[in-house]
Amino acid sequence: MEDLTIASKKAYNKKIGMEVLFTRTLIIVALLLIVLVLGIMTTLIIESLPSIKSLGFKFLWSKTWDPVNNIYGGYPFLLGTVLTSFIALAISIPFSFAIAVYLGEYNSKGWLSNLLKNIVELIAAVPSVIYGFWGLLVLVPIVRDFETKFNILPYGIGIFTASIILSIMIIPYAASMGRELIKMVPSNLKEGAYSLGATRFEVIKSVIFPYTKSGLFAGVLLSLGRALGETMAVTMVIGNTSLIPTSIFSPGNTMASVIANEFTEADHTLYLSALIELGLFLFCVTVVINIIGKFIINKFSNN
Amino acid sequence: MHPHIKFRVAKSKAAEIILIVLAFFVTAPLLFIIYYIFQKGIKVINWNFLTQLPHPVGEVGGGIVNALVGSGLIVLYASIMAIPIGILCGIYLSEHKSSKLAYFSRLCVDVLQGVPSIVIGIVVYFWIVKPLHTFSAISGSVALAIMMLPIIIKSTEETLKLLPASLKEAAIALAIPYHRVITKVLLPCGISGILSGIILSVARIAGETAPLLFTAFGNPYLNTNMLKPMQSLPLLIFNYATSPYDEWHDLAWGAALILLFTVLLLNIITKLTTRKWNVQL
Repeated sequence: MEDLTIASKKAYNKKIGMEVLFTRTLIIVALLLIVLVLGIMTTLIIESLPSIKSLGFKFLWSKTWDPVNNIYGGYPFLLGTVLTSFIALAISIPFSFAIAVYLGEYNSKGWLSNLLKNIVELIAAVPSVIYGFWGLLVLVPIVRDFETKFNILPYGIGIFTASIILSIMIIPYAASMGRELIKMVPSNLKEGAYSLGATRFEVIKSVIFPYTKSGLFAGVLLSLGRALGETMAVTMVIGNTSLIPTSIFSPGNTMASVIANEFTEADHTLYLSALIELGLFLFCVTVVINIIGKFIINKFSNN
Repeated sequence: MHPHIKFRVAKSKAAEIILIVLAFFVTAPLLFIIYYIFQKGIKVINWNFLTQLPHPVGEVGGGIVNALVGSGLIVLYASIMAIPIGILCGIYLSEHKSSKLAYFSRLCVDVLQGVPSIVIGIVVYFWIVKPLHTFSAISGSVALAIMMLPIIIKSTEETLKLLPASLKEAAIALAIPYHRVITKVLLPCGISGILSGIILSVARIAGETAPLLFTAFGNPYLNTNMLKPMQSLPLLIFNYATSPYDEWHDLAWGAALILLFTVLLLNIITKLTTRKWNVQL
């Protein structure tokens, strides 16, 4: 009898032990994730310290990047990143919103809308190196012909080409976000407008867009976050020069593409840490954009 | 009909047509890319392409076996690292919806999801490549594992949240220990959602190039040692596509075809399973 209680007590303790172990593992893993993100941040800060110390933050807008003479200025890449991202955004927004409205309002059920939805989502699935490869061998000659016709220096590669590729790549983000939000518009609002005699276009313009405005903006922010950090496709078609671009057709470089190109070649500390400072800046900007976007969406879906 | 009303109706019709044209025009680039890569790639794919090493420039033929093996190994090791951590973290987040740790953990998942892949490459370079003094496949796996985590965590969390609370309550009422409730009841019920999240994350990282540039680095020879530089499909496509040689372009088209179809297939599998189980990813 005594033995039995001891045995069952042992089994009981073992069970409790397992349970404590399990809960602790869960907590450790959740902590691990926070440590990971903090680790990424501190690594970037520590490794870019030499550059922050000697160049300061004005590094980001000083204009010359000349590693041979040890002069580092991030302005060409800042400009390249801003230009490519915003041109891409401008091209992609009409398409994203068209898809969002079509799938959210005009045709939200049935095989056709399902097919379109899946195809749009597959656009985001294609690896960026494949977009870059296709852009380099198909899009670049097309752009070159176009430039010859309009008497622009026919590089083919350049900021404009990179923007086109980027715009295709970022369409799905704003589109699927917008579709979800437009579907959430309460039908009594829409029906009220219809019963007052509004046409469908007027309902979209004066009910659906105002209602989903903040959410659509968040979707655009997520697209922008993608565009800013995109590396491979841009690197392959932008031309990779550290000169300040003179027009949107001239070759350039973005922050991500200069890191991809020069990181393994950077042969002294300041050069390397200047590149990492660009990475740190890119990290901070995308993190802020993503957090703002997520915040808006959470607020929207809780209402 | 009053002309003003006619005008409004016409405007609405016109807007609808423009919208539909814009929406369907988006499918054109994707279909064109798939068609173009299929047409270019199918010509070079044969048995030798899958089993031989790349030939030096000037020689016809050659294959990409080093990249196929390398991609497989790098993705395999990344999955081994990311899947357990991702699932456990997803369980924590779904079980503790409003604790402080969960709030910050969830914030970190969101942050991680938005980090540009090249930045992860830089960080892993300093964590693993620099201390070991050599580029290595395992560092590439670590970088890819970091990118897999947010997708696996999100899908696990969302799947487990969808399960009815009565399931868990019934199991607890039977005095089953907590860890067994999770491993024997909740996980098996949500397995399809979790699996599709894993497949999606594999599809996402299989084509990632930027984090491998400074980690796995690439290797023209066949290598299975995880501590040495290793070739992978995306790296091979990048290096050969930007080279000036037509023979290398052909190899890159073949590799692009294989990569594209693997990724699309994995995505379609995910879509079919999630549609059946109604999981939001």
